[in-house]
Amino acid sequence: MKGDFGMAKIIGGITTSHIPAVGNAISDGVTQEPYWKRFFDGYGPVKDWLEDKSPDLIVIVYNDHGLNFFLDKMPTFAIGCADQYANADEGWGLKPTSPFRGDAAFSWHVAESLIHQDFDMCTCQEMLVDHGFVNPMRVLFGDHESWPIKAIPLAVNTVQHPIPSARRCYELGKALKRAIDSYPENLRVVVAGTGGMSHQLQGERAGMINIDYDLECIDSVINNPDWLASQSATEIIEQAGTEGIETIMWLVMRGALGDDVTCLHKHYHAPISNTGAGVLLLESE
Amino acid sequence: MVWQEHEYEAIPGSYVFDGKRAHSAYGLNKLFYSFNSADCRAEFDRDPSAYCEKFGLTAEQKRLVVEQDFLGVLRSGANIYFMAKYSIPRGVTVQDTGAAFQGITGDEFREKLLEKREGLEARLEREGGFWNG
Repeated sequence: MKGDFGMAKIIGGITTSHIPAVGNAISDGVTQEPYWKRFFDGYGPVKDWLEDKSPDLIVIVYNDHGLNFFLDKMPTFAIGCADQYANADEGWGLKPTSPFRGDAAFSWHVAESLIHQDFDMCTCQEMLVDHGFVNPMRVLFGDHESWPIKAIPLAVNTVQHPIPSARRCYELGKALKRAIDSYPENLRVVVAGTGGMSHQLQGERAGMINIDYDLECIDSVINNPDWLASQSATEIIEQAGTEGIETIMWLVMRGALGDDVTCLHKHYHAPISNTGAGVLLLESE
Repeated sequence: MVWQEHEYEAIPGSYVFDGKRAHSAYGLNKLFYSFNSADCRAEFDRDPSAYCEKFGLTAEQKRLVVEQDFLGVLRSGANIYFMAKYSIPRGVTVQDTGAAFQGITGDEFREKLLEKREGLEARLEREGGFWNG
C-alpha cells in the first residue's frame, strides 16, 4: 500500500476470560461493586499498555457458543475474512454492540499463509461474533460506537468433540506468527487468547474451579507452554472442567509470541460467575 | 453401528459433548439454537409442546423440555451453551441450572463458588508475581 513501509509485527499477547457475566457487569455498571472490583481492576495495567502502544489490530482467539456456528457445520479453526463483523442476539435478548472493523486483506493473507502451512482454516466472509469475542473487546477497550482498533475473529471449536488438541493450538499460534510477520504493511498487532480458566457449567460436577491447576496453566503459558500443550483433552477436562478446556486457546496466543516472552502483568481471580479468571500481558523477547 | 468409547466418559458428573451426543440430540440442540431469534422464543412460549414437534424431538425429550427438567435435558444430549438459550430467557441462569444438576438451590450453588474466594490473595502472594491491587 502506498505510503506504508515495513511489515506487520506482533507487539504483544493478552489472555482474558470471555464469559457472559463480564459483559453483563459492564452493561449493568457494576464493575466497581465488591464482587467485581478486584477482577476488573486487574485489567488496569493491560488497558494502560494498550493505551500507550495503541496497536492497529487485534486477533481475538475465541470459541463461538452457538451464534455463528450451529452443529450442522462445525469448523475446527475458522477465521473472519471480512471488513466488518456484527454482534447479534444470542438468545438472551441483549442489545448487540456496534459492529467491529475488520481488515479483509489482512485476514485473507493470514488465511492463505495458514493454509499453506497446513492449517486448513475455514474462511468466513460473514461471521457473527458472540460474547466470546465481544466481551474481550469490551473489557479491554470499553464500549464504542466506532471501535478504536481493527479486530479479527479466529474461532476454535472447543464446543463439540473431537476438538483440536492443546498441541495443535500451540502450533497454530506459531503458524499465525509466521503469517502475521509476513504481511507487508506496517501494522502493530496484538493477539488475545480468550476463555477459561477452570469451570464446568454442566452436569453434577458443575461449579468446580481448580485454582491450583489454573495457576499451573498460567505459569505454563508464560514459561513452559509444552506442559499444557502436552495434555490431552481428557486430562485437561479432568482438571479444568468440561468448559475449562477453552484454556487451550491461550496456547494460540502463546505460540504467536515466539519462544521467549516477558510477562508484564499477571492477574488471577476466582470466582467470577462460575470460573477462575486469568489475565496475562506478554511481550516477545 | 458402533460408537467408540472415550476416556472422558469416565469423568464423574460430566457429559462431554461429542459426536454421539451431537448426533442423537441434533433436533433438541437445533430447537435451542432457534432461540437466537426472538420470534422463535415467543412461538415456543405460546405452545411449547407444538414447537417441540417441529424439531422432531422424541416424546421423552419433549417432556423434559416442557417440564424444564434440566438434568434430564442435559443427559438427553443437550449442549450446555445451547441449553442456556433455553434456560436464561425463562429466568433460569446458568448457575441455576448448575444448581438444578446437583439438586441444590441457586443460592447454595453460588455460596459454594464463593468459598473458593477465601484465602485467594494469600495463595497468590505465595505464588509470587501476581497483581494484587
